[in-house]
Parts: sequence; C-alpha cells; structure tokens
Amino acid sequence: MDTRIWGGIGIAALAVVPLLGLGNYHLHLLITVLIWGFVYTSWSIMGRFGMVSLGHGAFLGVGAYVATMLWNTMGLTPWVSIPVAMLVSMAMALLVGYPCFRFRIVGHYFALVTLALGEVVRLTIVGLRDQTGGSLGMTVTGVPEGTSFLALQFGDRATFFYVALLVWLGGLVIWRLVDRSMLRYALEASSEDEDAAASVGVNVTRAKLMILMISAAMTTLGGALYAQYQMYINPETVSGIAISLQIVFAVIAGGLFTQLGPTVGAVFTLLLAETLRVTFGHDIHGLDGTIYGLLLVLFIIYMPKGITGSIMAGLSKRRRPNPAAAPAE
Amino acid sequence: MLEVKGVSAGYGSFRALFDVSLEVRAGEAVGVIGPNGAGKTTLLRVISKIISPTAGTVVMEGQDLSRVPAHRVVEMGIAHVPEHRRLFPRLTVEENLRMGAFHPEARRRFAERLDFVYELFPRMKERRLQMAGTMSGGEQQMCAIGRGLMSGPKLLLMDEPSAGLAPVIVQQVFELVKRIRAEGYTVLIVEQNIHQVLQVVDRAYLLEVGTIKQSGASADLLASPEIRRAYLGL
Repeated sequence: MDTRIWGGIGIAALAVVPLLGLGNYHLHLLITVLIWGFVYTSWSIMGRFGMVSLGHGAFLGVGAYVATMLWNTMGLTPWVSIPVAMLVSMAMALLVGYPCFRFRIVGHYFALVTLALGEVVRLTIVGLRDQTGGSLGMTVTGVPEGTSFLALQFGDRATFFYVALLVWLGGLVIWRLVDRSMLRYALEASSEDEDAAASVGVNVTRAKLMILMISAAMTTLGGALYAQYQMYINPETVSGIAISLQIVFAVIAGGLFTQLGPTVGAVFTLLLAETLRVTFGHDIHGLDGTIYGLLLVLFIIYMPKGITGSIMAGLSKRRRPNPAAAPAE
Repeated sequence: MLEVKGVSAGYGSFRALFDVSLEVRAGEAVGVIGPNGAGKTTLLRVISKIISPTAGTVVMEGQDLSRVPAHRVVEMGIAHVPEHRRLFPRLTVEENLRMGAFHPEARRRFAERLDFVYELFPRMKERRLQMAGTMSGGEQQMCAIGRGLMSGPKLLLMDEPSAGLAPVIVQQVFELVKRIRAEGYTVLIVEQNIHQVLQVVDRAYLLEVGTIKQSGASADLLASPEIRRAYLGL
C-alpha cells in the first residue's frame, strides 16, 4: 500500500515541477528524461524476458517518420498518424517476429535479426531521400501560432512536459500490467526453457509475439513524441545503431527488472551525455561512445541488476539482515 | 486412454523410433523400460508433441493428436514431467506450480489444486517461496511432479524420474510415484532403473534401439530370464 502513496506523492511532485519557474534548459532536460524514460521502459518490457533487441531504433524511426510524413504531406493530425505508425510497427514486428519465434531464433541470433531490422529501417529512410530528406533529416512543419492541440505542437515547454509526463506514466502502468499478468509468467518460463513452457501449455510463439508487438507499439509512440518535441528528425538520431545500443545500455544501467529502472537509466545517460558535452564540448570525437562501452562492461560485471536493482537489493538486505532461505538438503 | 500406433520418429536424418505401438488404459501405471539411447525420451516427446512423428498416430481418448500443437496437449489431459525436471529455476516453487496450471481451465482451479499438491508434498509448501533451482534434486523432482499435477491431468508422463539422483533419493522418488498412483492417476513412466520401476507399474514395454522387444505384466518381465540377465544382472 505504501508504495501507492509514495507513487501518488511522486506524481504530484512531478506535476507541479513546471510551476516552479525552472529555466527552459532544465525543463528541456526533464522532458527528454520523460520521453526517453518511456522509450527505455518500452524496450525493457520485452528485454527483461531475455529478448534483447538491438534494433529498437526501427520502431522509433517508424514512429518519427510515419507520423511526420503524414503530417507534412497530408496534414494528417498526429492523433491519427501516430496510431497509424503504431500499426505499421506492429505489422513489422509480426513479420519479423513470427518466423524468429516459430523457428526458435533466440538469444544472440534474435539480437542479430533485430540489429538488421534497425539497419533496414535506417537505410530505407536514407534511401527514400525524396520523401524523407535522406541523411539530412526532416523538419516537422510547424503550425503558425506555434501551439496547436490538433497538431500536437506546443510552443510552451510546460504543456509539452505534461504530455510527456502522461505518456511516461502510461508506460509505467503498462509495465505494471504486464508484470502482474500471466503473460509475464509465460514469458519467464519461455525464457528459461521453451520446451518445458510449451509442455505446460504456453503458446511460446504467441506470447513472444504479443510482448514484441506491445514493445514495438510503445516505442513507436515514443519516436513520434520525440519528433513532435524536437520538430526535427534524422535517420541517425532515431534509427541509428547508436540509438538502438543506447537504449540497451540505459536500461541495463538503470535496471532491467524494476519498474523505474529504465527511467533511472534515462536520467543517468542524460547526465552523462550532458556532463561530457559541457566538460569536453565536441572536441574529442567518439569519447561518449567509448565511455558508454566501458561503463556497460562495468555495469554488466559489477551491477548486473542496474542502479535500481542494486539499491533495492541493498534495501531488502537491510530490512532482513539474515535471509532465512534454508539451504537445500 | 492413450494409444500409440506405429509411431516412427527421429531428429533430422537420425531415426530414434521404429514403428512403436503401445497402449495405456485408464487407471493403469505403465512403464517403458530400456537402456540409454533406446528412444524412451523420444517416445514421450512424441506423445506430448514436442516433436512430430514421421509416421504413425497418437490417440488420446479417441482424439488424434496429429494436428494438436504442443501447448494444447496439456488441455487434452496429458501432463509431461520431463527428463531432468526442466523446472524454471529462477521462478519460485509456487510460481513453477502456477505455470503448471497455465491453461485457462486449470487457472480457475488453481487454488484448489495448489492445496492438493501441498497436501501431497508438504515439503513444497515449506519451500514455496524458494527459487526452484536452489533445491535438491529430489525436491526438484517433487516440484516437477507437482507442476504436472497442477494441470489436473488424466495421464501423467514421467521421464526418468530417478535420473541424476542419489540412490536414497531414488527410493523416495519411487515412493512418490506410488502415492501418485494411489491418488488414481494414470501414469506412463519411462525408466532405466528397471528393477525399481517394475515394482511400481502394472505392465511394461521393453524398448531397445527404437523398437518394442517385449511387453507384459511387471511380474512376468521381472521373471523373464532375458531381462534378468541383460538388465538386472541376475
């Protein structure tokens, strides 16, 4: 029960943040954390079951580009184009996921398939130069007044903050719903032993497809939201390998198995990126990537449960100093 | 209850079973005995549709299983307790049991069956919140059998329940099998431990290099000179 009260207090505290008169920069950081926190949560929803995708940039790209292109060329409101993009992503997930899961492509092989998927989407965006602007990226056509509910554009950062907050909270709710569903048990069982899972009645292919499609649809929404906020998208920044890998890194750093882990990962990666940017500027090219790689190795070795997982393990150890699990006979 | 008719099966170009037929009647305990590599595990995998036979049919209560996918076999009343337990090691005992009652009909009766399994195996109740992978082999076998019972099966398939266990634990496992029988379950059990298994089943089939060599009542097989010489070392 007390977690629910703390959750309520936390949400209320977040809701009054824009009223505190923070500068644009800090508000921008918070919005960025919320958007990426949502994207990372979307990834972790399937990543926690051993389905490691190295190509979630594919779904981000579909979200950003489908929504933006429909808006720029046909003036279709994002309220319609985002669901369309989500359906496109889910279809893509089905097309790639079904053969993978049906033929037991798991672990590293699944990761490689998703890596390829991300590249296919990125190259498609680059290749459709005339429609997408290619590597130069694409600007979301702004509405003259700067703010339009129908266009999902808000000149005022505070309004966008609330939009991002709602979406992020939605992501946490979905995480919790999955966590409490039988789908979670089905997927945990499948991740440990697919034959045994099937023989107790789990339709392994269907369970995995469901979680992949949920994750893909959520990530797509995140990509579209990112486009609506930045008003500029680029194949590298939404579908590049760097982004797909950053998603994985952030979630592992934050904590793969906890509800707030991915969000903590978003805070962590953002602080890291900003610190590097402020300290070194853009002088040392590739420094951030090197540091990410190094940290990822350190996290996997020393903190495999991530920041939140380690904190929670520490807390429960303090609460129960002597874990009473009797040894096996 | 279960009829296996002329089943052949294998892996890739390798054939493990040649034209195997057997039958299990309701209320019976039937054993399939034989040495390593005889195809015993393959036979159970065919019955629970983890692999498909290349020829022959499996019929459960009059229904042909040819078109039934693996995850629906359990709904037909067949529970498979696989070789080496195959528990979900990082789930707790109770979560493993919950997985056993995964299909919707079993989910409704989860609480009732959980009580039943805990009554049958009080040890599992003591260990309910422990990770299944951290228990001893005998306890894991108990948990695996419990997981099988959670689906409310008509037929329990048991694959080498004694595999990898210390001799004293093997004794306990066969005691468990006797208790399952006493509860009225129909059991098809595959074992290398021929002497032990013939004490708990009514009838048995001897499987050697993929074909049924001999079959009959347990007492007759125990008395058969061939089996005594080849397998019991008497």
